Amino acid sequence: MRKIVFQALALLFVVMSSARAGVLEIVITEGIDTARPIAVVPFEWKGEGQPPGNLTEVIAADLRRSGRFNPIPTTAMPQRPTKDGDIDYSAWAKMGVEAVLVGSVEPYSVDRYMVKFELVDVLRGQITGGNAQMLRDGELVQSNDHVLDSRSSVIDGDQFRSYSHRISDVVYEALTGEKGAFMTKIAYVTVNHDDRYPYKLAVADYDGANEKILLRSPEPLMSPSWSPDGNKLAYVSFENKTAEIFMQDIYTTRREKLTSFPGINGNPVFSPDGSKLAMVLSKDGNPELYVFDIKTKSLQRVTRNRTIDTEPSWTPDGKSLVFTSERGGRPQLYSVELSSGQVRRLTFEGEQNLGGTVAPSGENMILVNRTRGNYHIAKQEFPRGTMQVLTKTSLDESPSIAPNGSMVIYSTTHNNKQVLALVSTDGRFKARLPASDGEVKSPSWSPFM
Amino acid sequence: MQLNKLFKALAIVVPMATLAACSSNQETDSGAGAGQETNQQAEQDSGVEVGAAERQQTLEEQRQEKMEALRKEHIVYFAFDKSNVQSEYAELLAAHADYLVKNPSVKVVIEGHADERGTPEYNIALGERRAQAVEDYLHNLGVQDSQTSTVSYGEEKPLVDASTESAYAKNRRAVLVY
Repeated sequence: MRKIVFQALALLFVVMSSARAGVLEIVITEGIDTARPIAVVPFEWKGEGQPPGNLTEVIAADLRRSGRFNPIPTTAMPQRPTKDGDIDYSAWAKMGVEAVLVGSVEPYSVDRYMVKFELVDVLRGQITGGNAQMLRDGELVQSNDHVLDSRSSVIDGDQFRSYSHRISDVVYEALTGEKGAFMTKIAYVTVNHDDRYPYKLAVADYDGANEKILLRSPEPLMSPSWSPDGNKLAYVSFENKTAEIFMQDIYTTRREKLTSFPGINGNPVFSPDGSKLAMVLSKDGNPELYVFDIKTKSLQRVTRNRTIDTEPSWTPDGKSLVFTSERGGRPQLYSVELSSGQVRRLTFEGEQNLGGTVAPSGENMILVNRTRGNYHIAKQEFPRGTMQVLTKTSLDESPSIAPNGSMVIYSTTHNNKQVLALVSTDGRFKARLPASDGEVKSPSWSPFM
Repeated sequence: MQLNKLFKALAIVVPMATLAACSSNQETDSGAGAGQETNQQAEQDSGVEVGAAERQQTLEEQRQEKMEALRKEHIVYFAFDKSNVQSEYAELLAAHADYLVKNPSVKVVIEGHADERGTPEYNIALGERRAQAVEDYLHNLGVQDSQTSTVSYGEEKPLVDASTESAYAKNRRAVLVY
């Protein structure tokens, strides 16, 4: 009986609906000058009438938003080639453009399309005239080494946007040697006090497109965290007037209450293997870190002291947690090894350091630093080393790192409203993602999907 | 034996009576006001105005009224980064404790809140510490553990939605919710 009631309630709350497309616009505030100029030439449409989708607009936006590239406007292009053979290498090289993406789209069958593209290194093409040769099996053959990548695929009519992100990944990896993170999603919480359900948990493509509301609630929602397979979110909901941790499948609306202890049930974070959640519980008097086994529901207490311990995150090897503790007086970051319980202090600079996460490479951690009362996102060598403040915005919090480690999404205050913002992990590129209405907070970047 | 029975009966009757009084009290603001209006109108129709003398209140009654007035205040504010109850709230909390001690079946939830500075998770911890400080204060005045519980909303439910010092001061608070 209780279960039925619970399921009925869950149905009431859990809704899957699409809202305005692209609610998060992007305003790039810093970093254009250091980005590399490239050209994304509009792909040729070989069918009749209007093309069913636009790939190159999305690709150019992706590459610009990565902070690494500055796609030149189509109006400034010296020509509109659609394949390598048509490219006038020197015309592009003269403009300082180092790579050109060309391609075409043609009808394949009913609502299916053949997409071909080539990514061309203009400087290499200029040197070899596009006719570089190499020795293979004792014969000289065309090496085409100026063509960095070349692919063709058949896609459905509704896959234009996602295939654009796929091409962006290919281009980004070919030009930087680092995996692209354009096919990822972000989860976040929106707050609009004029709504009947002011608090909403949403997921969207990393660029804000395809927003889906996963949960609407009259009470606060906090701390969404992705499972490593990208299928589930763990989060905190106050829908029962107390903090409780839930886990929800983002595709099926199925959700499960995991913990409801007296006091704080907070900050769930999936372990790298997805079998456990690190979390904060205050059932024993004050906030302590625990590791919760999702299958057996068993709890392992990790910290034990009289002060606040909170904000756990896993090191990439899954063997330790980084966390915020007041055991030294002010909040600072510490790590604790799960097998031995050994604790080490990690941060010493500034008045406070909070909310630390180790980057996927394991070399740096991203954190919130407070110096002279200002909260900024910062990067510090892991486990210890120099710290670099990355942001200049105000009241920065909740940093979440892209799975390729290139970018951090975080929450900040702009014009008296909480908005999301991006900063590259080298600190050069900065952008704001203003929402069309209400406030946006608690961003969480998905794993590779 | 007899005394014990009487005590038990009282233990049930007294809180129920006060509860009833309390709940009707909560609705009085609009209800009684409307009643007075109709009364006055009737008097205006007959062309007379009726006056009344003020009843002399006993000391105990005065104290009760003061307590009730104090209990209408149910928010305790905190200094930045602090969670100790400041002495200016001693009277207010004493009034709530007095009421809770006299009505052991009444329960109160103490909500803890923080201003928006600092991370949301740390603010949840800070909000809990503030709620617990108020809870401990009430326990020290004789309120039973079973009558109180706490919930921390951190920075998620600001009283004033602005990024100014005065807004922050309003948002760093513990709220007694009956």
